[in-house]
Amino acid sequence: MTVKIVNIGMNHESAPVELRECMANSRESSALALSCMRESEWIREGLFLSTCNRVEAIYTTDYPEEAKKTILSMFSRLGNISEEKFISNIYIYEDSEALKHIFRVTSSLDSMVVGEPQILGQIKEAYRQAAGIEKTTGVILNRLMHRAFHVAKRVKTETGISEAAVSVSFAAVELAKKIYYGLEGKKVLLVGAGEMAELAARHLMGNGIESLIVANRSFDKAVQIADLFKGKAVFFEEIKTYLLEVDIVITSTSSMDYVISYDMVRDFLRKRRNHPLFFIDIAVPRDVDPRVNDLENVYLYNIDELKEVVEENTVKRKEEALKAERIVQEEVIRFEKWLKTLDVVPTITALKDKIESIRSNEIEKSLPALGELTPSQIRAIESLTVSLAEKIMNDPIVVLKGKADGKSRDIYIDITRKLFNLDKDDKNA
Amino acid sequence: MADILYKIALFLVLMSTVGFILFIIRQEKRFFRWSYKILFVGFIFHTLFLVHQYYTLGTAPVISLKSTLSFFSWCIIGVYLLYQIRFGLMVLGSFITPIASILMIISIAIPGVEYTVKPMLKSAWLIVHVGTIFIGDALFVITFAAAIMYLIQERHIKKKTRGSFYVRLPSLETLDSINYHSLIYGFPFLTLGMISGAIYAQYALGSYWRWDPKEVWSLITWLAYAVLLHERLAVGWRGRRAALMSIICFCILLFTFFVGSLWLSDYHSFGNLGSLIR
Repeated sequence: MTVKIVNIGMNHESAPVELRECMANSRESSALALSCMRESEWIREGLFLSTCNRVEAIYTTDYPEEAKKTILSMFSRLGNISEEKFISNIYIYEDSEALKHIFRVTSSLDSMVVGEPQILGQIKEAYRQAAGIEKTTGVILNRLMHRAFHVAKRVKTETGISEAAVSVSFAAVELAKKIYYGLEGKKVLLVGAGEMAELAARHLMGNGIESLIVANRSFDKAVQIADLFKGKAVFFEEIKTYLLEVDIVITSTSSMDYVISYDMVRDFLRKRRNHPLFFIDIAVPRDVDPRVNDLENVYLYNIDELKEVVEENTVKRKEEALKAERIVQEEVIRFEKWLKTLDVVPTITALKDKIESIRSNEIEKSLPALGELTPSQIRAIESLTVSLAEKIMNDPIVVLKGKADGKSRDIYIDITRKLFNLDKDDKNA
Repeated sequence: MADILYKIALFLVLMSTVGFILFIIRQEKRFFRWSYKILFVGFIFHTLFLVHQYYTLGTAPVISLKSTLSFFSWCIIGVYLLYQIRFGLMVLGSFITPIASILMIISIAIPGVEYTVKPMLKSAWLIVHVGTIFIGDALFVITFAAAIMYLIQERHIKKKTRGSFYVRLPSLETLDSINYHSLIYGFPFLTLGMISGAIYAQYALGSYWRWDPKEVWSLITWLAYAVLLHERLAVGWRGRRAALMSIICFCILLFTFFVGSLWLSDYHSFGNLGSLIR
């Protein structure tokens, strides 16, 4: 009987946020889930991951049906809802499908924002809790998770999937990083208070921007947004003064005319000692005179130009995603190959082959040194070595066969393979 | 012996140049790591070559165009290695190593002639004079490379084209600061080089300044860089304008070096170095 690797879960695509919320993503609920998996007689090894975008239970079992029931009832207890309410929102993957899913999740290919880096940290934390604290993982899941981390690393270094910015505000941050060395210590002026501008500001702040100044026609709204980012609200008429000291300006007013004119910016440049100035004009109609881009050390991107960046990146990302899927596929095949060796029969065969090859090699080496031998002497040496080899192998094989169904079977097989170095030709697997 | 050392150095530098070019095309870090290591070993061989030359000639190996070009490329690689340690800007190597390689190839292509070294060239002042000048020049090569990179990157951002260089080059601010730093380090070296040259001339030839065309052109080069430095520090030039000006300055520097050394000059010309004392 072969062990099954199963993955039951729900993610941002399969389940609405209300449902994901239920499976509260606290450490206690993970601990609860893990102890439930540990105590179940149907589940051998288990791992539980819950983030705001997904809930995943990964386990190995010899009794798939019973194990599935156990996990579903655990979900139901965790979320405090009945099984019927979420049964249509979950997915169940087995064996190679499960491996693929786990590798994809770890490499952030299954994330809402593909390529976002947090997921790897969250999975590592989940694994630490399962392996280190709750001790619910064993030979297979330990190996599986280490492979998953390796896959994530490969995807990150071999593909550009995490590089391409695919939203307007990400694109603005990416551009800012091509103008400034880093965003630490830079100042942003927000002119107007649209939702999009707020989003762009949020991304910039997330990338180390030091301070934010908000100017808006309605001062109330300016104060409101400034408070949100611990920034400073100023009157709309004060824009000119602040153009002197900021590095990035995001405009999003509903004004019909240009709020920032060519002459206005030109006059400030010398006073700014030519420090670069980056305008991000998200407004339609535009807020910043496009001729501003012709000024030295001034860079202007409007919403259409930012969207172009996004589009380019989306195309690029699709190509990179293909590359990433290939890596995942490759690693799934490798892992399955290793998994197959975990069976008792192939292990015993490999052990016998290895010892037989050692025996025949040694005979070949030693026979010439023994001088002229009669055929019966040669036969005697042959049968001596054969029975020696068999006697040595006998006890290990009995133990392995005896453990064929027990919970500790994988450990014995794994140790046997390591002790006798049976996987030497496949170090990567 | 010297020949072999130089050929090994050249081979390694060429190899690392290929690696650096592959690095900028493929953007895989391993290309950079290997190129950097190979370049470092090449630099050691080049150093050994120069030390060997020094002992056989009895003076710094800078008295023919052949040896001067080799010395210059050694300075460029040396300065680049220091920059790499200090700033860690990997892509810079892809711009600097081709320049150093070309100089080394020209140097090996020039036929070596036997010449006797006049006693007045066996002076510590020669080493100080030429050494400081070329360290300054090597820093200006960095200024130049950073300026080119700046202009390429700025064009991509301004024209909104974001070509293949856009992703590979660092931010404008980084490039501008590389340009600035190599300028403020390079200028004192150039100045020191000119002062030590004047002292050397006084001590060896009896006068500080002989209106030799190379002297005049060096002064012009120095003034050009002085203007750039002044504009940067006092007026606040930066970015595109500073980049353009540093490219112009570098062209003047090249003119001074090649034209001044080969055709115009009187006693600075390599052809006449042998007949220095009338």
